[in-house]
Amino acid sequence: MRLESRAQAIAYRDQCLENIAQETCRILICGGTGCLAGGAGVLYQKFMKLVEGTDTRVQIGAEIAHLGVHKSGCHGFCEMGPLVRIEPYHFLYLKVQPEDCEEIFRETVLGGRPVERLMYHQEDKIYPTQEEIPFYARQTRVVLEHCGHIDAEHIDAAIAAGAYEAFAKALFTMTSEEIIKVVSDSGLRGRGGAGFPTGKKWSQVARQAEKTRYVVCNGDEGDPGAFMDRSIMEGDPHRMIEGMMIAAVATGAQEGYIYVRAEYPLAVERLKMAIAQAEELGMLGDHILGTDFSFHLHINRGAGAFVCGEGSALTGSIEGNRGMPRVKPPRTVEQGLWGKPTVLNNVETYANVPMIIMRGAEWFRSIGTEGSPGTKAFALTGNVCNTGLIEVPMGTTLREIVFDIGGGIKDGGTFKAVQTGGPSGGCLTKEHLDEPLDFESIKKFGSIIGSGGLVVMDNHTCMVEVARFFMSFTQRESCGKCVPCREGTKRMLEILERIVAGKGEEDDLYMLDEIGNMIKNMALCGLGKSAPLPVLSTMRYFREEYEEHIFQHKCRAHVCTAMQKYVIDPDLCKGCTKCARNCPVGAISGKVKEPHRIDSDKCIKCGACMSSCNFKAISVEA
Amino acid sequence: MLDQSYYDKTDEIIAVYGRKPSSLIPIMHDIQDTYRYLPGELLTYVAGQIGITEAKAYSVATFYENFSFEPKGKYVIKVCDGTACHVRKSTPVREYLCKELKLDDNKHTTDDLMFTVETVSCLGACGLAPALMVNDAVYSKMTPEKAADMLQDLRGREQKEQEGGSEE
Repeated sequence: MRLESRAQAIAYRDQCLENIAQETCRILICGGTGCLAGGAGVLYQKFMKLVEGTDTRVQIGAEIAHLGVHKSGCHGFCEMGPLVRIEPYHFLYLKVQPEDCEEIFRETVLGGRPVERLMYHQEDKIYPTQEEIPFYARQTRVVLEHCGHIDAEHIDAAIAAGAYEAFAKALFTMTSEEIIKVVSDSGLRGRGGAGFPTGKKWSQVARQAEKTRYVVCNGDEGDPGAFMDRSIMEGDPHRMIEGMMIAAVATGAQEGYIYVRAEYPLAVERLKMAIAQAEELGMLGDHILGTDFSFHLHINRGAGAFVCGEGSALTGSIEGNRGMPRVKPPRTVEQGLWGKPTVLNNVETYANVPMIIMRGAEWFRSIGTEGSPGTKAFALTGNVCNTGLIEVPMGTTLREIVFDIGGGIKDGGTFKAVQTGGPSGGCLTKEHLDEPLDFESIKKFGSIIGSGGLVVMDNHTCMVEVARFFMSFTQRESCGKCVPCREGTKRMLEILERIVAGKGEEDDLYMLDEIGNMIKNMALCGLGKSAPLPVLSTMRYFREEYEEHIFQHKCRAHVCTAMQKYVIDPDLCKGCTKCARNCPVGAISGKVKEPHRIDSDKCIKCGACMSSCNFKAISVEA
Repeated sequence: MLDQSYYDKTDEIIAVYGRKPSSLIPIMHDIQDTYRYLPGELLTYVAGQIGITEAKAYSVATFYENFSFEPKGKYVIKVCDGTACHVRKSTPVREYLCKELKLDDNKHTTDDLMFTVETVSCLGACGLAPALMVNDAVYSKMTPEKAADMLQDLRGREQKEQEGGSEE
């Protein structure tokens, strides 16, 4: 079926709504990468079988319900996966196993009764619906509103939820200037990290003399510790595609490209499905909805280069070149893909656009802060109880995110820091817990919001080792084009490796500071300029840890193996000789039934003795 | 020398993306998906077909981490060492796999071409840290013990396949 006019599009939406309304009982199984890894695919098969085995119309109480089973996108509560949501009750079942399916089907789907043991529990209280669970209750889900609530593999579900209405509104009732004005007035800023005003970017492209223009979506979410964009691409791909189409209407572009990381096979699959279904309906392709507007969308898979998240490297990669940044100006808006004016935004930015068109700039500005309106999706991970995908208004404090939504530190550890912005960002500490998270304030503390990864670290994390970890990442990913980044990151990594190995020297901190600032000021692209940030930021807030490593050969988090010393507690040791027999280098000596001892000169710190001891007599001293 | 079938398959792939320089990366992806590596002869052939120099094709292929000129194992195990996985202790998992499969920093693939172990920066499965991926399937919350079960499982599957194959 091909839609030829706006009226037909509206009629089609009504049809979709009607079809969905008929399904009065719906089983939504999370089909995000996380839950699929936890076995959600099996659950889907199982529910399908159960539904096929019964009449799809069942009586619940006095009413007749029509059953539907769907694979949705990410619900966000990855820690508790696989997740199953049952409508119309809004019940959310956690950690569902295949053997639970029959009970859920019998009790909830057929009986309309809750299965309490699968619901979220906290301090003896049961939270039956998703909306009540503290993890969700404190979020404002705008961009992610449909993720987990609609079938991610069928365009009809998206259309029933309102997809492509904003596009039709823009196409039929707004001029290019009007669209750009609404986006500018909304104050939407790029969600990829830099926070550049989106409306400004669009107007710059619209202004160019060259008429061949491109719309490109950056789905190369390479920051370790971030998966917001993946979840949108997997869970609500049409919303992002619609955002790109509105950008195309506004800037007069005819072709669009989505650049997706190779590590996201499911996102590629869902996007391909979404594009094919939109093309079939005539929402994409030539003469969309019977107008003169034509727009073609292509998917490009990345190939494992972090630097391709940088604009000019990304367009270079689409062109089939090495993904290396170039000197700017000219900027991407002037000469981007194939030297033509290009709108380049990230996934979350595009996903914000349809709502701004539908509900207006004023509405958008009512969320978030003055300088950073709207919401932001964050990937909350690391040593926190509730890991997952969250969305909060800009300006929410770190404390609310880590303790109220995140549920605090895992396994009773103490909060130490939150790393934001991945390898391009820095850390926030205890003293920043009550600061609002928005583009400006976070910058003041020497970090960036970045794409939105929040990795929580506790007292078991060594900040020096974390700095080394990030530096080894950026060093490996440096494209090698400019000297400050190529050589500077190498030298910084050498110094950090030395410190972590217990061979730090007095001058090292001074050198790290000097090289770090040099790279920051002189590197060619954003990757290079921000590469030293994790080191500079940890040196700023955790200098004492660096000093302990260098001067006292001590790692307070017990992470750096070179500084560990394995010792046997003579009071606990029974002299069973098990550790001595397990030691691969013969560093443990002692007589049977007498306390043993470890020769630290010989010890290679493999930990074999500690895991073999039945009496917990062996411990690690920092 | 590669068998003619390799070139025929490559022709099919080229036809999908078109004979233009910008098709290089998608073509390389598909070749690698088919053969689990990028045979040098085919890259040279593709360069000629899409109108770029051999040097250019190699410069692009070597730039991206995903492309490998060496045959990879049937099961490619990508151990995530992203930030979240790193702080939730992914290193012991990788060390276990390398030890068990007798691999190290320079040797990534077992001699029987069954397993390849790679370290990747982030799989985007941070909520399930530490994570790893075997071909396209993600395994969550790994420990060395769970990795051992996983290997046993994969080996069992392989054995079954071979037995099934010999019956035919």
